[in-house]
Amino acid sequence: MKIDLTDTTASKINKALVQGRRAIGTPAVGMVLTMVIVTDEENAYDAIKAAEEASHEHPSRTLVVIKRHARTPRDRQSSRLDAEVRVGADAGTGETVILRTYGEVSDHADSVVLPLLLPDAPVVVWWPVDAPEVPSKDPLGALAQRRITDLYAVEDPLETLQARVRAYAPGDTDLAWTRLTPWRSMLAAALDQARARIVSAAVEAEADNPAAELLARWLEARLHVRVDRVVTAGPVVTAVRLGTENGEIVIDRPEGPLATLTLPGQPSRTLALKVRATSELIAEELRRLDADEMYAIALNGEATEETPAHV
Amino acid sequence: MSEGIEGIPQTAEQETKGTKEDKEARAAQEAAGVEQTGVSGAAEAAPATDRADTDFVNPLRDPQDRRLPRIAGPSGLVIFGVTGDLSRKKLMPAVYDLANRGLLPPGFSLVGFARRDWEDQDFAQVVHDAVREHARTPFREEVWQQLAEGMRFIPGDFDDDTAFKQLRSAVEELDASRGTSGNYAFYLSVPPKFFPKVVQQLKKHKLASAPEGSWRRAVIEKPFGHDLRSAEELNAIVHDVFDPEQVFRIDHYLGKETVQNLLALRFANQMFEPIWNRSYVDHVQITMAEDIGIGGRAGYYDGIGAARDVIQNHLLQLMALTAMEEPAAFDAASLLTEKLKVLKAVRLPQGLGQGTVRGQYAAAWQGGTKVRGYLEEDGIDQSSTTDTYAAVRLQVENRRWAGVPFYLRTGKRLGRRVTEIAVVFQRAPHSPFDSTATEELGSNAIVIRVQPDEGMTVRFGSKVPGTSMEIRDVTMDFAYGESFTESSPEAYERLILDVLLGDANLFPRHQEVEESWKILDPIEQYWATHGRPAQYTSGSWGPEEADEMLARDGRSWRRP
Repeated sequence: MKIDLTDTTASKINKALVQGRRAIGTPAVGMVLTMVIVTDEENAYDAIKAAEEASHEHPSRTLVVIKRHARTPRDRQSSRLDAEVRVGADAGTGETVILRTYGEVSDHADSVVLPLLLPDAPVVVWWPVDAPEVPSKDPLGALAQRRITDLYAVEDPLETLQARVRAYAPGDTDLAWTRLTPWRSMLAAALDQARARIVSAAVEAEADNPAAELLARWLEARLHVRVDRVVTAGPVVTAVRLGTENGEIVIDRPEGPLATLTLPGQPSRTLALKVRATSELIAEELRRLDADEMYAIALNGEATEETPAHV
Repeated sequence: MSEGIEGIPQTAEQETKGTKEDKEARAAQEAAGVEQTGVSGAAEAAPATDRADTDFVNPLRDPQDRRLPRIAGPSGLVIFGVTGDLSRKKLMPAVYDLANRGLLPPGFSLVGFARRDWEDQDFAQVVHDAVREHARTPFREEVWQQLAEGMRFIPGDFDDDTAFKQLRSAVEELDASRGTSGNYAFYLSVPPKFFPKVVQQLKKHKLASAPEGSWRRAVIEKPFGHDLRSAEELNAIVHDVFDPEQVFRIDHYLGKETVQNLLALRFANQMFEPIWNRSYVDHVQITMAEDIGIGGRAGYYDGIGAARDVIQNHLLQLMALTAMEEPAAFDAASLLTEKLKVLKAVRLPQGLGQGTVRGQYAAAWQGGTKVRGYLEEDGIDQSSTTDTYAAVRLQVENRRWAGVPFYLRTGKRLGRRVTEIAVVFQRAPHSPFDSTATEELGSNAIVIRVQPDEGMTVRFGSKVPGTSMEIRDVTMDFAYGESFTESSPEAYERLILDVLLGDANLFPRHQEVEESWKILDPIEQYWATHGRPAQYTSGSWGPEEADEMLARDGRSWRRP
């Protein structure tokens, strides 16, 4: 069910939510969190879709804040809030409110969002694009326990990464880090099997890949060895090599979802290492809502330098 | 000097720990009546490898890093009776789902053993079909490829020595080619009469004893015997070959999220535990109802019956988890201690005729179809006294529960398929409202819905909107499907992963199995010598005698 509200306020939106819930016959809801998505009109569709898919695992109230840019000076004068309330089948398993702000109210979006948060439930803010310089100091970011940014969606990822290091506050997290979880868990599992001290390490990836940089920093922080960064044609991270005294542990994913794992003294075997969809990344992010200490450790690790592949 | 002092106690402590473990292992073996030869080598090797294991700390793992899932170590799973229903519908799909969620180690291997003339590829095709049809997660080619590389099939009978030799060489080949490191779980998905044969063969071909630094585990399914004596025999047979710690008994109810949540509900919250006792609880009802009949399982079911099939394992386990005290820690040993305490405190009703009911379903229309009665099922003797419905009233004689009856019931061809634990509370000691206002008010209850629609319901009185004061029952629902994940993992996924990880929290130990038989045996003996099962209409909620049993106590069954 959809309810459109033009030139509205937060309290009218709240009324529409109750009305919508009554109409579909489920007055009691079991939503576990409020998800705030701050985006522009262009990226809204994909972000809402990902959030709705993730809501199957984490039923949530999704508030989408879209800041509209007026074209004429006259429009810029007037301030207006439009809302679209979706409940039931139109909103995954939770409720979705799409807020479009025009003019001055765009700078005070938090005043609209605050009354619409679920009581007591945790708040997550996700910027699919255009994340603020300091997420935790942003008016919307300050409302949230968890702030999700995406280094894949910025112009100069490595430079932005440095800015994130400076701006880090507990609760910050980035989808570039989330994308690494399958790699990291396979590396940990490989080391469980190899049970050997690591003496060298290398991460191979396309140029300027922020996930590869985070992976290298994490490895360096945990293994206390220098991590080489080798530039390959990609896509994204293509291989990780960990050197032991008896040979190399290699996870190699030249292309596609199938990778090869090689352990010293053992035959190589294949493993599935898929590039995951955004909805899966968001679902993973929402599984834990406390500060991700390991992300902080990786973020604050030594910066590494890219070297071209020695072919 | 300080270095020396610091060094010594540490080693001493390690050694005492080692010998203590040795002692425990030996004591456990002696308790099970196991001879020291054969198994002792493996048991002694175990603590030593534990120590070697702790030497290596994986720097990539950190307790703070909670994104990294619990992945099983290098290992393989050998399924006996791999062509069976359980294997195709539950085990193989669960293995695939685990792989798809990235929880199986690279190189994980699956070995099937059955009397079929199959090659590895034929087996892979069977698994493929089973996975396609029954897996919970979407089919992904790359995951399948990763799994398929480690699949082997051994054709043969259980007394066929060549087949077991083949199995042994397959296991060794997998160690070399897939790096399974000698870690194997043997899943005995076969009727219990084959258990002795299979475990003896495993022992004979040295498959059951783990090489140093690895493990060998046995996984067995119910029934764990049909009375105390047969259960003890069965345990002795299995423990003769496998260390008791390495035997995992599957009770798939314990793998369900709601059952685990029962412990979270009770011990992680403050608001439930204070009223979880005789001062507030009136009685507890534990129900496991099925809407199906015995189907084609006449051979298995007749002579066993509902009480042995369900009450002995599932219902008594659920009861133990509901009634037990807080465990010292959430680990297998502490849980065992508490569950055993409760099971030992269980007392049977004074007159078994008054405190137990059994029944057989009779022909009727059920849910729109005409169904046959139990005695008319194919392969069932007209004079069979097997119970398809059983209800018992048990008491737990301890400070917390004295005087609170636990009603356990189970049956086939009941109203609908449902499993639930209902804790029913006493009425308010005093009501300021007049009796007309509270006429429609029942007892408060907390209901744990185990299946289907996993979740929890709280039932309490609320004022009916309007002018006059009228109070009626309402329910408040927490549904897993709604509040967390739409697709919570299947019980078998969780349990197989736990076996591979060696986490025994959710598996009943042999002591519990034996203790449960001690509760059920007198009831079965009484039934064998007194009367016949009552007949109940298929599709109803059981025989009238069961309603009368509760009516005598001034209570009534919930309609689940």
